[in-house]
Amino acid sequence: MELKKTAVAGTMESSDIMVTVEPRESGGIVLELTSSVMKQYGRRIERVIRETAAELGVEHALICAVDKGALDCTVRARVSAAIFRAAERENITWEVGK
Amino acid sequence: MDQLLQTIPHIDRIAHRGVFAGAGAKLTETFRARSGKDNKVLPSLEDAVRAAGLRDGMTISFHHHFRGGDHVVNQVVDTLAAMGFRDLTLAASSLADVHAPLIRHIKNGVITHIETSGLRGQLAEEISRGLLECPVVFRSHGGRAAAIGSGEVHIDVAFLGAPSCDPYGNANGYSRDDDTSIACGSMGYARTDAKYADKVIILTNNLVRYPNAPWAIPEYDVDYIVVTDDIGDPAGIMSGATRYTKNPKELLIAQTAAGVIDAAGYLYDGFSMQMGSGGASLAVARFLRQMMQEKGIRCRFALGGITGQITAMHEEGMIDRILDVQSFDLDAALSLKKNRFHHQIDAAYYASFLFAAAVDQLDFVILSALEIDTDFNVNVLTGSDGVIRGAIGGHPDTAAGASLSVVVAPLTRGRIPTVIDRVNTIVTPGAVVDVVVTDQGIAVNPRRPEVAEKLKKAGMRVDTIRQLKDRAEALTGRPDPIRYKDRVVGVVMYRDNSVIDVIRQIDGE
Amino acid sequence: MNERRYEKDRLRRSMMFVPGNHPGMIADSRIYGADSIMFDLEDSVSLAEKDAARFLVYQALRTLDFGKKEIVVRINDLDSGLGVRDLEAIIPAGVHVVRLPKTDCPQDVIDCEREIARIERAHGIPVGAVGMMAAIESANGVLNAREIACASDRLIGIALGAEDYVTDLKTVRADGTELLFARSMILHAARSAGIAALDTVYSDVNNEEGFLAEVELIHKLGFDGKSVINPRQIQPLHRAFVPGEKDLRRAYDVIAAIEKANARGSGVISLNGKMIDRPIVIRARRLIALAEADRIAREE
Repeated sequence: MELKKTAVAGTMESSDIMVTVEPRESGGIVLELTSSVMKQYGRRIERVIRETAAELGVEHALICAVDKGALDCTVRARVSAAIFRAAERENITWEVGK
Repeated sequence: MDQLLQTIPHIDRIAHRGVFAGAGAKLTETFRARSGKDNKVLPSLEDAVRAAGLRDGMTISFHHHFRGGDHVVNQVVDTLAAMGFRDLTLAASSLADVHAPLIRHIKNGVITHIETSGLRGQLAEEISRGLLECPVVFRSHGGRAAAIGSGEVHIDVAFLGAPSCDPYGNANGYSRDDDTSIACGSMGYARTDAKYADKVIILTNNLVRYPNAPWAIPEYDVDYIVVTDDIGDPAGIMSGATRYTKNPKELLIAQTAAGVIDAAGYLYDGFSMQMGSGGASLAVARFLRQMMQEKGIRCRFALGGITGQITAMHEEGMIDRILDVQSFDLDAALSLKKNRFHHQIDAAYYASFLFAAAVDQLDFVILSALEIDTDFNVNVLTGSDGVIRGAIGGHPDTAAGASLSVVVAPLTRGRIPTVIDRVNTIVTPGAVVDVVVTDQGIAVNPRRPEVAEKLKKAGMRVDTIRQLKDRAEALTGRPDPIRYKDRVVGVVMYRDNSVIDVIRQIDGE
Repeated sequence: MNERRYEKDRLRRSMMFVPGNHPGMIADSRIYGADSIMFDLEDSVSLAEKDAARFLVYQALRTLDFGKKEIVVRINDLDSGLGVRDLEAIIPAGVHVVRLPKTDCPQDVIDCEREIARIERAHGIPVGAVGMMAAIESANGVLNAREIACASDRLIGIALGAEDYVTDLKTVRADGTELLFARSMILHAARSAGIAALDTVYSDVNNEEGFLAEVELIHKLGFDGKSVINPRQIQPLHRAFVPGEKDLRRAYDVIAAIEKANARGSGVISLNGKMIDRPIVIRARRLIALAEADRIAREE
């Protein structure tokens, strides 16, 4: 997916994560993560963010995430929302099932 | 006259101070005139320190009845540092965020060892990162009282802040004479220090006329008094009444816990209890009150840290007696002042394992937890990141003493699971924890099959602690283990002052 | 004919509103014992956050375990252009029941049903798998209540949305008199169509007394349940709907008496000298079913 602008999704409230996605020409996905549960879940959050970006076909981007203890499903939702906003796209492919 | 003594058979068993040699001069000036002199008030803290004979390497003690509003610890240690003292042991009943300035005095060698019930804030953070070479010793309130009483912890000089004191040292957490800005209610923890310390210095902002009755600390335990404007910030010491939580999750947990107590058979006419100080553990009182009214029963006594919720029930006639070792809010402090059967007790009476203490008369206690493991061990001292951020308080004392110890906690806090494989720090061993109540299930310690049966009979679903752990992990995912260094920064004592666990230095930035 | 995700008949005493853009509340929504959980994409979500809320509810539905709870999503109305996008996300995600807001006429239901069926087909989901409920929030809607209630087989119930309704009537929420006609209409329409009648929210969370009075009123009127906005309202609401022990015992006596009479082949049934007729038996059965459903719900 081609990113057109910098976009943000999520909030700084507890159990949420604020994700900023900035388009890049090259360099892959550069991730800047801070988290209130960094020691226990930092690796896992990073994995979920990278997976979500890869699934949406984002190859190069600077992703800044400020996590306040979001669950995996929230991380996915916020990363997806930020990427679609950055790509200025609304035709989302929703998938069935768990 | 010695001949007189010789006529008494077995005189060596009877008298050792010879024969009466006259009464000495009598004072004839008025009581008022006398009060102005021959008293224990010294002009400055420095004078009191010198008079008390403090030397390098000694142990000084403090109480934590001023909680987050305490100015005594920082003020005294600043003074001792300025006077050039070094290598002191600081034995406080507890320490809070407000004591961060101690970091400087640890770095400059004034304080080289700490004993406390808990640590919070920046000081706790630094100690977790290895600030002190000698590990901090953490004791429960009962364990500390026992250690001081037995001499394991020897206090050379106690510095005790008091919201009222007369010139002879009768000190209290409030004043019947005149209201001033500061009141802390019970001074239960300070009383133990006053009784056993070699020298006791009272710091007060409110010197009242003799006799300051009722008192928490009697004059014969007090050596010197220093009057100072500033012993604490009233707003930080206590405020109004502790409000019941409105958090629906905490209310749900509290309601379930109240149901557990009833179903387990401990809610009967004449029962005894201890509640927590906030959140779900305090909100249980609200539901118990309803159930007591429906059943038409009363509580014989409520113990422990006391809140306005408990004193309100006392004033309604639902609780006969209150045994108060620490008042948590202004309503509790005011009740102690005005209600005859709201009684102040000291830390040893509250919870010492050396004799039958009040905790041993408890039907049930409601306790909170940062972590609970699948062996029912409870941690209230270190956070899930391994950093010290809590206090033992009376947790193991009441859990061991009460017939039913109920630990209440949300199953997860944000993303952090509360029920896990192994707690970071064991504070209260699973052997004295009976029931765990979360927002997503109840677990009963397999040691108490009869309790589990009673809950099931009452229509409650009882899970295993492992099921609770799995339920939490399904939501949050499995946390990475905390990385520690080998170095021990804290030693946790069980209430009998045996070592139950250690806290290690955290690894990383 | 197909695998339906929803049950037409089930316990629906409480339907808890959960703002769709609030991750903490979404994660906690399952713990309070509500019979149905309703994730809201409509009024509790600002226009700028509609997309983010949709992603959040989509992910939550796919990932979190809600046990046996009924999962409802309130979508935006179709006229706004947002409603169809909401449906496109939540139907594949596994929603049980779609709550349609601001339903004024049967055509609103039919339009929504057509979109649902289209999306079901697109994803290979059996057509008819997803249930619907319609919220009636205007004078027009109330007057069309019966036609709305009968507009689709998918409807599990109709609900009153009082805030918009009283505004439409040029009045405000007060002691309940202002809602008497609407409640009566909705109840009759629901009963006529054989579906659930669900009452509006009580928004003064701290007024427990007022809440209980309203619950008693709608219970007496015959409603199946009520929407709640705060989890604290759920337990008191359920308590009001659970049969008392005395009533329950009498219901069991009634059933025992008719079974005895049936065995004897006797047509005339009496209990303690009072004749038992059909309505009494129906009410007794209903009471027992309610108590049983409550027991199961509490064990969940």
